[in-house]
Amino acid sequence: MSIASLWRTRQQRYSLQGETCPDCHQAIFPPRDVCPYCSEAAGPLHTMSGRGEVYSYTKMLNVPDGFLAQRPYTVALVKLEEGPMVTAQLTDISEEDVEIGMPVEMVTRKLREEGDSGEIVYGYKFRPVFAAAD
Amino acid sequence: MLNQPLKQVGIVGYGAYIPRYRLPAAEISRVWTEEIESVSQGPRQGKNGLKEGRATAAGIEKAVPGLDEDTATMSIEAARNALARSKVDPQEIRAVWVGSESHPYAVKPTGTIVAEAIGAAPAAQAADWQFACKAGTEAVQAAIGLVGSGMAPYALAVGMDTAQSRPGDALEYTAGAGGAALLLGAAGESVAVIERSLGYVSDTTDFWRRPGQQFPSHAERFSGDPGYFGHVLPAADQMMREAGLTAAEIDHVVVHQPNVKFPVRAMRTLGFESEQWENGLLVAEIGNTYAGSALVGLTAILDIAAEGQLVLVVSYGSGAGSDAFLLRTTGHLTAARMNAPSTGEYIGRRIEIDYAHYVRLAGKLAAH
Repeated sequence: MSIASLWRTRQQRYSLQGETCPDCHQAIFPPRDVCPYCSEAAGPLHTMSGRGEVYSYTKMLNVPDGFLAQRPYTVALVKLEEGPMVTAQLTDISEEDVEIGMPVEMVTRKLREEGDSGEIVYGYKFRPVFAAAD
Repeated sequence: MLNQPLKQVGIVGYGAYIPRYRLPAAEISRVWTEEIESVSQGPRQGKNGLKEGRATAAGIEKAVPGLDEDTATMSIEAARNALARSKVDPQEIRAVWVGSESHPYAVKPTGTIVAEAIGAAPAAQAADWQFACKAGTEAVQAAIGLVGSGMAPYALAVGMDTAQSRPGDALEYTAGAGGAALLLGAAGESVAVIERSLGYVSDTTDFWRRPGQQFPSHAERFSGDPGYFGHVLPAADQMMREAGLTAAEIDHVVVHQPNVKFPVRAMRTLGFESEQWENGLLVAEIGNTYAGSALVGLTAILDIAAEGQLVLVVSYGSGAGSDAFLLRTTGHLTAARMNAPSTGEYIGRRIEIDYAHYVRLAGKLAAH
């Protein structure tokens, strides 16, 4: 991704900022111009809670450039409690401890570095729920 | 003694962060002080050299960040914990200041990354502070000024580090990772009122890192006295004298923790007893978290302190100086502390690693 596209997506990457459809009231992530559920104009902005559960997952051994230092790692489809499904790395857990349906929470972590002199890219990952009893 | 702010300031929210991995000091000495021929440990326990469980009684160890963690990500989580305890709208925060020796960029603020992630951008100051291990409390002093002058309803000060140390150096045994975020606001809504603060500095070269150098240098024993003891003791002395307090009248004390020996000697010299410092003395479990050290110790105290208790905090940064703060906890503390993970819970999620994994996690392999 270019610096410009990283800049445009910073709030969705750092804090899962999406939208709520003003017509059908579905939560939308990532934010976009048209609601994928009812095809009306999307918006306003809404930050997701960060809580969800593992819908499915896989262990990554052959990984894209920029992710070599972190391999192996687990990528999951996470169903957010608001409804949208996101693809993200799991962190603070080894693959053999992951279970479908496991409750997870969003954390902002380092995704990759653009070489030794380029941008450090941060974004959402998910870990097993650790929040204080609430 | 600093002048008191126009409006009294307090900590309205606090949050800690400590990464999961733990490297025992015994593992460092196994690699660096034993002859290779004499090291015969047999197969290591656990999968991939990772062992879970509690530290052994004699075990002194340090926290090590994961591959996807740095001062920015750790500051974000600590800041989110501080916000959760405060219930403050992040758009009301007018400063996000991060003190660290391990900012991810040499040029580009960690503060803007944290401000953006917690929803405090754009109407805020954001900057990084540098004063060795005193950078975090220096940010707290500035935040007291900003809030206490009425320029800002809230200001966030973070002390966080992924501490650097040269492989095999004495620093490697303790250079840990972690820290804390303090959200400052009006005393009336705070969990702890900041009753007084002061700074104490001198040009003392005991520990430094030149531009472009990966690891810090230090002046061996010189870093004790006149460095550490030459600043921590007079700062604490002056605070107690001007507040008219003896050590026995203070409920909890926490000072900067580069190792176990220095803070214990300092606190004993000042007249404190172990029950006054045991809650905030974390260095044996997480190491020296540099700019986070005194502040993360404070969070562990706030996790257990009762209403109306006095807390003395004294930081130390090489180069050199100490900040001292006298806090009094309020009735809001008990309810607020339940809204985020405690410092003890972060310490408790412990994964023991061996030196080889440490080398990988810390990026110390020459061919990385």
